[in-house]
Amino acid sequence: MNNLRMHILVCGGTGCVSSDSKAVHGRFVAELAKHKMDKEVQVVTTGCFGFCEQGPIVKIYPDNIFYTKVAPADVELIVKEHVVKGRVVEKLLYHDPEKGTSEAEHRHIPFYKSQMRIALRNCGIIDPEKIDDYISVDGYAALGKALESMTPDLVVEEIKRSGLRGRGGAGFPTGLKWDAAKKAAGAKKYVVCNADEGDPGAFMDRSVLEGDPHSVLEAMAICGYAIGADEGVIYIRAEYPLAVERLRIAIAQAEEYGLLGGNILGSDFSFHIRINLGAGAFVCGEETALLNSIQGSRGEPRTRPPFPAQKGLWLAPTNNNNVETYANICPIILKGADWYSSIGTEKSKGTKVFALAGKINNVGLVEVPMGTTIREIVYGIGGGIRGDKKFKALQTGGPSGGCISNENLDLPVEYESLASVGSMMGSGGMIILDEDDCMVNIAKFYLEFTVDESCGKCTPCRIGNRRMHEILERITQGNGTMADLDELKDLGEIIKDCSLCGLGQTAPNPVLSTLRYFYDEYEAHVKEKKCPAGACKNLLKYRVLPEKCIGCTLCARNCPVSCIEGERKKAHVIDSEKCIKCGVCYSKCPVKAIVRD
Amino acid sequence: MHELKNADQKYAQLDEFIDALPEKDGALIMTLHKAQEIFGYLPAEVQNHVAHKLQIPASKVYGVVTFYSFFTTKPKGRFKINVCMGTACFVRDSQKVLDEITKELQIKVGENTPDGLFSLDALRCVGACGLAPVISVNGKVYGRVKPEDVRNIVEEHMSMGGNDDE
Repeated sequence: MNNLRMHILVCGGTGCVSSDSKAVHGRFVAELAKHKMDKEVQVVTTGCFGFCEQGPIVKIYPDNIFYTKVAPADVELIVKEHVVKGRVVEKLLYHDPEKGTSEAEHRHIPFYKSQMRIALRNCGIIDPEKIDDYISVDGYAALGKALESMTPDLVVEEIKRSGLRGRGGAGFPTGLKWDAAKKAAGAKKYVVCNADEGDPGAFMDRSVLEGDPHSVLEAMAICGYAIGADEGVIYIRAEYPLAVERLRIAIAQAEEYGLLGGNILGSDFSFHIRINLGAGAFVCGEETALLNSIQGSRGEPRTRPPFPAQKGLWLAPTNNNNVETYANICPIILKGADWYSSIGTEKSKGTKVFALAGKINNVGLVEVPMGTTIREIVYGIGGGIRGDKKFKALQTGGPSGGCISNENLDLPVEYESLASVGSMMGSGGMIILDEDDCMVNIAKFYLEFTVDESCGKCTPCRIGNRRMHEILERITQGNGTMADLDELKDLGEIIKDCSLCGLGQTAPNPVLSTLRYFYDEYEAHVKEKKCPAGACKNLLKYRVLPEKCIGCTLCARNCPVSCIEGERKKAHVIDSEKCIKCGVCYSKCPVKAIVRD
Repeated sequence: MHELKNADQKYAQLDEFIDALPEKDGALIMTLHKAQEIFGYLPAEVQNHVAHKLQIPASKVYGVVTFYSFFTTKPKGRFKINVCMGTACFVRDSQKVLDEITKELQIKVGENTPDGLFSLDALRCVGACGLAPVISVNGKVYGRVKPEDVRNIVEEHMSMGGNDDE
């Protein structure tokens, strides 16, 4: 390592891999060999840098230069200019669209400025497939400290004092959970990691596992030591092959180094971790359903109590946390609870990772201190709305959460404040919606998801959500009544009250919150049979403005059902009886003579 | 009903996996993953075989297979097209891309083309939200797909049709 003068970090997260970062890595290796520099410059594949919008990302150390949207064809230039001659390749730097300037260092880029990385501390810095990289950034030092100088009680106490709460969505205090599992009687106990990130549009946990798998393994071992467990299970989605692969490598390396397995670091504490693949059921993110799934059964939730801390996996006391929660553990042990609890707000401590997606300029993964406002996340970090459209809503918590409207943009992000406006922290998905998104349609989209994913065990969820979905279907087709809106609300409240598990108890949230903040859109669908955003096909009508039409026949030639008629150079007419509202004519018309209303 | 190709060899491979399991209790999902990897899908006879080997009722196997969306009881096409219908892709018009594919291939979600070349499924989030909307064909991700790109992607694979790339 001593004679290496430069490191080239290439992002190996799923987003960047999808835009060909593996080929970028390959080209770097080849180009460096060509220049006979492969001994002095090393190419490293790292975890996610977070700025997926600008991927593939390449960062060069020690110069600290941050290149964006690097195509395999750009590599030759970077090597020739930057690596050989030390000249920064201007055109591949990040361009600030507001200021019109280029930024060479990532800390000056607005996307990174107000972020604070605890859970993602090593993502984009170390090679996730090399345990030595992890150890060089204090990896396994927390486990060492716990085993050497802390009693299990002290570990639990430290986590309690830190104020860390569950990052899977519900926000239960992590220390209390550990305490309950510790106090539960039983010779055999389990530590479970919930990596069944099912919320569509959220990829926080995946990025941690892909970018820094050891941090989760180490935290699980610390938890095992604290509660008296010798076995850990990671339940992970089969749809995350890269994360599974990196976890497998990490476990094998940790076992080889004696950091997992029997008598860790010479102590009498032993801890083994195995991976359990999920099979595509959203409900398995619910902790008791997850336990059933690990046992090889249908992922149906259990009635609580008894809680998993008393009777969990194979009815033994079990502690279950999600990936991001575990990713916070080692820094707390190393730097102390006082440090951690100094970050964030009174009731929500530390940081939270969010996956920003949807109609926003900077799609990516961000980590901010609790208490950061939604405005800062959307406009500061996220860079505002795509294509200069108007912000309409922010959806948090996925199918369990709700929509936050314009009026609540200055809300600080914390568990209680989000719940107070009918949404929730959730696991960290943040979808930004603009003026073109119909809130009724979005609510229907989420409900379709929960109807599909309901396990069917309890009636309110299985049947109630289906009825709600039917009502929304009616409304978006223009057949809704005002009584339907009241019915939606009543039914939603009943489902929340009566469902067995978290899935059913939160399933009506997207509908209830949009009813609360976007009632006028529902009304427009029902009373005027109109979709203000122009998203609900059945409520749309296309017509030609005769004074604007130049009779170019482009629309008629492209119409898939031939419902547009008219002579060349004369105004055309759409037969609305035959029209299937596909919108092709609308997008093809060169003079904007076709309108939608 | 499709004939299973090289059935004996495949069953032998599956049995080897099951026999090597340290613990049969709770191993059903793991075994089904393996079986689907070997056979490509899980028809009734494979489910029965798994039930017999793990000594559990076939009804339990069937219950688990049909509960999880990852398992399929029908064979898939040579090219598995998955359209991401996660929220990020949905709000960036993945529905239009999906509609275009159903039109182009003349099949619905969950179906195969008659020649067995393509199968079409909708899935929830591949995690490449920065590239939304995305589709994947046999795991290869296509980002920022527009409805008008669909024909090219389909034709690209049709031309590979005769060659098994897996």
